[in-house]
Amino acid sequence: MVKKTIHEINAKIRDGSVSVVTAEEMVDIVGELGSEGAVREVDVVTTGTFGAMCSSGVWFNLGHSEPPIKMQKVWMNDVEAYTGVAAVDAYMGATQLSESLGMDYGGAHVIEDLLRGKSVNVHAISHGTDCYPRKVLDTSLALEDMNQAIMINPRNAYQKYNAATNSSKQTIHTYMGSLLPRFGNITYSGAGVLSPLSNDPEYRTIGTGTRIFLGGAQGYVVGQGTQHSSAGSFGTLMVQGDLKKMNPEFIRAANFTGYGTSLYVGMGIPIPVLDERIAQAAAVRDADITTNILDYSIPSRDRPALRQVTYEELRSGHVELEGRDVATSSLSSFKRARLIAAELKDWIVKGDFFVSMPVERLPENTTSHPMKETEGVSFVSDIMSVSVVTIDKDASVYKAAKIIMETAFNHLPVVSKDNSLVGIVTAWDISKAVSQDKFDLVEDIMTRKVVTAKADEQVAVVARRLDVNGVSALPVVNGENNVVGIVTSDDISKLFARRH
Amino acid sequence: MKIKINISSETVTKPIIAESILETGVLLNVSQAHFDRSHGEVVADVLEEHYEKMYNALTSRGARVTKLDAPIEWNREECVECSACVSVCPTRVFSLDEDYSLMVDQAKCIQCGTCVEMCPHRALTLLNNK
Repeated sequence: MVKKTIHEINAKIRDGSVSVVTAEEMVDIVGELGSEGAVREVDVVTTGTFGAMCSSGVWFNLGHSEPPIKMQKVWMNDVEAYTGVAAVDAYMGATQLSESLGMDYGGAHVIEDLLRGKSVNVHAISHGTDCYPRKVLDTSLALEDMNQAIMINPRNAYQKYNAATNSSKQTIHTYMGSLLPRFGNITYSGAGVLSPLSNDPEYRTIGTGTRIFLGGAQGYVVGQGTQHSSAGSFGTLMVQGDLKKMNPEFIRAANFTGYGTSLYVGMGIPIPVLDERIAQAAAVRDADITTNILDYSIPSRDRPALRQVTYEELRSGHVELEGRDVATSSLSSFKRARLIAAELKDWIVKGDFFVSMPVERLPENTTSHPMKETEGVSFVSDIMSVSVVTIDKDASVYKAAKIIMETAFNHLPVVSKDNSLVGIVTAWDISKAVSQDKFDLVEDIMTRKVVTAKADEQVAVVARRLDVNGVSALPVVNGENNVVGIVTSDDISKLFARRH
Repeated sequence: MKIKINISSETVTKPIIAESILETGVLLNVSQAHFDRSHGEVVADVLEEHYEKMYNALTSRGARVTKLDAPIEWNREECVECSACVSVCPTRVFSLDEDYSLMVDQAKCIQCGTCVEMCPHRALTLLNNK
């Protein structure tokens, strides 16, 4: 067994004799020389990743004003930062949205603007105290005006991530980008062969205290990230670095239509090749890393997995799904991940960056459990009206008007002979028909494209469907498309009125 | 080549595209068409050698015709070459080359705008799109 120590490797970095390769180059080296030969040949393997990492943000210390203020709330360019700590400390999170511009501008943009040398407008309010008398503050600050700007990202560098697609009939807008209807495309994220944690899946060299490349500067691993699930190979890292030393090439604000803002973070982690097991692990290929393609049209935390897929297949540009060749898109940039691995390699070769051992290992075999919910969950079946009145499509408009007047239902589901739902007619449709002197059949004035609900769906899901479609009632149908009830926005309002 | 045909509110109800095709015998492949009360806007493909004829036929009927040399603007400063745009484009304008650099084939663009919505870095904009 060939073994090396971290001190031997750092001595080689100091005297300029160190041998560094990227995780991509390591694949062939281990293939040719075997893991033992690779340990002799290679001292450090560099990894890299550049993708959207929503759990990111920066702690700022703004300096004290005269007279001083204990900020109770603070905004930078109209984006609120968290200040429930000491007087002029505030955390700007990447996904916090502007109060005036909404999804067009968020915390990520504030961070990028500061990094590019722009000033931001700071507005703070306070209740005023004997020690901090000031109640309102307005100023304009650039990055250089901050005492500290420390990036602390609670969850970065996912070992790997699920790929996304959409089985529904509409385009959906997600943090995985636009997903086209009927499995129209697949999106994915992660650097695969270059992914830091996938190259050290036992976390032997990556842990608390590991020195890393973060946003173009030296940073450190704080420890496990939030939602770190090492048991399922979904490890994450909490990292920190000095924003003042970073480079906007590697820290970029992003907007996901219909979702909001996020921050693209560039990270590279060096893996010191201390023994054969580390060398072997760092030779991982895209083809060795598998993930699931999930159906994001299912509004649940348990989205069904449609199939397993390797990063090699995803990166090829198309994947077979449900008997079709579906185009893939990466949301993270592989080109920039390569650039980061190469840049980090360069730093080490030049003697500007030394490798380190973790002072504490990341936890192994952990899983993330779902939220414990103490309030009862309501289903459509709990609140729907079952005494729903339907009308035949061949009935007259007059008859529909009469039923609405007699039953006080504003919406009548329209059914065909076999009792299956074919349309819906509302009091408004009837008023419109009457105003145009149209006294035809219900079929001629009904809305044919009916948005429906199922009895076993959660009320929260159906409430959003009402909102998105701009309607006030949904017929509830069974598997045979027979109407079993109706759920209205009134039913939902009453449910919430009961609770509060 | 791609052209954009702007039709004013006075002519929006007249079949001027059909008339122009019949008069010239030149084929137009319409990829986008938007009409509202105030104007109409059509993006179409026409063979380069027939452009002149079609231009004359359409403009004599009151339309305004512009060439769309670059239907979409690609801001390389904002772009991080992730490839989000690749899978949503119906005409395969975008692709990655061997070193994962983004390639943009402007000639294929039909200005549907799907990529503009998809791009996380707002690096794509439709041109001549009022």
